[in-house]
Amino acid sequence: MDNLNLDQHISGQFNADLEELKTQLLEMGGVVQQQIIDAVAAIEQADSELAEKVMVIEDDVDMREVRLDENCTTVLARRQPAASDLRMVLAVSKATRDLERMGDEAQKIAKMAIALNEEGQAPHGYVELRHIGDIVEKMVNSTLDAFARFDVDAAVKVARDDKAVDREYKSAMRELVTYMMEDPRSIGRVMNIIWALRSLERIGDHARNIAEHIVYLVKGLDVRHTSVKEMERQVKDA
Amino acid sequence: MEATASVDNAAQAEENKLKTMKEEVIAQPSVDDIQGTVGTPFVENAKMSMRNVNVYYAEKQAIFNVGLDIGKNEVVAMIGPSGCGKSTFLRCMNRMNDTIDICKVEGSLTLEGQDIYDPKLDVVPLRARVGMVFQKPNPFPKSIYDNVAYGPRIHGLTNRKAELDEIVETSLRKASLWDEVKDRLHAPGTGLSGGQQQRLCIARTIAVSPEVILMDEPCSALDPIATAKIEELIAELSENFTIAIVTHSMQQAARVSNRTAYFHLGKLIEVNDTEKVFTNPEHELTEAYITGRFG
Repeated sequence: MDNLNLDQHISGQFNADLEELKTQLLEMGGVVQQQIIDAVAAIEQADSELAEKVMVIEDDVDMREVRLDENCTTVLARRQPAASDLRMVLAVSKATRDLERMGDEAQKIAKMAIALNEEGQAPHGYVELRHIGDIVEKMVNSTLDAFARFDVDAAVKVARDDKAVDREYKSAMRELVTYMMEDPRSIGRVMNIIWALRSLERIGDHARNIAEHIVYLVKGLDVRHTSVKEMERQVKDA
Repeated sequence: MEATASVDNAAQAEENKLKTMKEEVIAQPSVDDIQGTVGTPFVENAKMSMRNVNVYYAEKQAIFNVGLDIGKNEVVAMIGPSGCGKSTFLRCMNRMNDTIDICKVEGSLTLEGQDIYDPKLDVVPLRARVGMVFQKPNPFPKSIYDNVAYGPRIHGLTNRKAELDEIVETSLRKASLWDEVKDRLHAPGTGLSGGQQQRLCIARTIAVSPEVILMDEPCSALDPIATAKIEELIAELSENFTIAIVTHSMQQAARVSNRTAYFHLGKLIEVNDTEKVFTNPEHELTEAYITGRFG
């Protein structure tokens, strides 16, 4: 049942309502995605202005979250959706929350960019930040793409990428801890980079959550709290 | 001039849209393509078992090879578009279709292993064991008391006043009607409100201690409050009775039943636990129906 036929209801208004939810979610995703890209760039380019912009956009993201939640509630109350329609509304509602959290993390990265500008650049960690930032930005992009196309395989790939991010994050931590032991005076500044890396890692986790919502939406499977292998197996069997 | 042209264009676009919609509706799968039932139509502790049931109205076949169990103390909801055969199937379960001359029922239908279409079987006690509640409340033009006492009297359960009183009170209590009518048991049953009348009919059905209760859209003539009361009652009754309910309200099926059976064009398409049917149905036709994708 990969083709969800969301536009095939007898009620044209219902089609429009569901389509609107999806559109709003993807729009919100687009804003959050840009926030993440800008936040990472703000650290790399030592651009406090860009960082300020990321923090201002956060209000817009919050507002979108509230509006999407209201719309989900309205569809539930007025249409009493069932089956794939119900899963659609639930998935949108949960994904909204994850997107909002991603926005929060982007805001934290932006704060670190400002702190680094004020306290001085860190001696290390920019390569790691660029590297993990790249993977995470791509993940968020593929997650939104997978949602738009109800693509379960792409969603599973996002979960796999999240494992890679976790590995990269651990290895970056080890390296940065070594630097800090060698040069304790840099601890404060390197910590700022570590917080930013931590936020990127969290964004990866939220992307994975959204990927799980996509599997639930399309296949009706709850793959939370399972390994990537188990997730792949369940998706294949369904 | 331009304005008229754009109106014409809009009308044309609307017409094309309607045309494609019609084509989409026609493009539904044909009944010949549907093979068998998906899900779990059979259970271990079946109260009633139906196997390979075919029903014909004269030449026209209304039910195609349906197999379904109703488990003990289970509530099974039957849903499907108009004319899908769900009511016909329900009515086979206590031989209500016998009253229709041109109706022919084939296959095996058993109540605790006993063939209910056995020619030697008397249908009157069968209908006491398998009671029925109809769409429109149909109390007899008698008092509330006599409506409930009617069954026990004709089935010869008892004739003693004290025992009858007790049966009437328990049945009305079970039907959650006692408190509303205890002071006017001898008022006519037809004087009650629609919801009360329906509960009176349920009291009348359970007065003869049936094992199975069949309900054919019991709430479709009732307002939401009366509907909620009947639904609450169904949950309570399922502790003592086995219930099969035909309903047009999918929310109702979702609320009251343990398992849901989806009928389509005389075939039983899917039977599954109600949670599954309403969150992740197996068959695409079930999905299409419960999400309102075709009429």
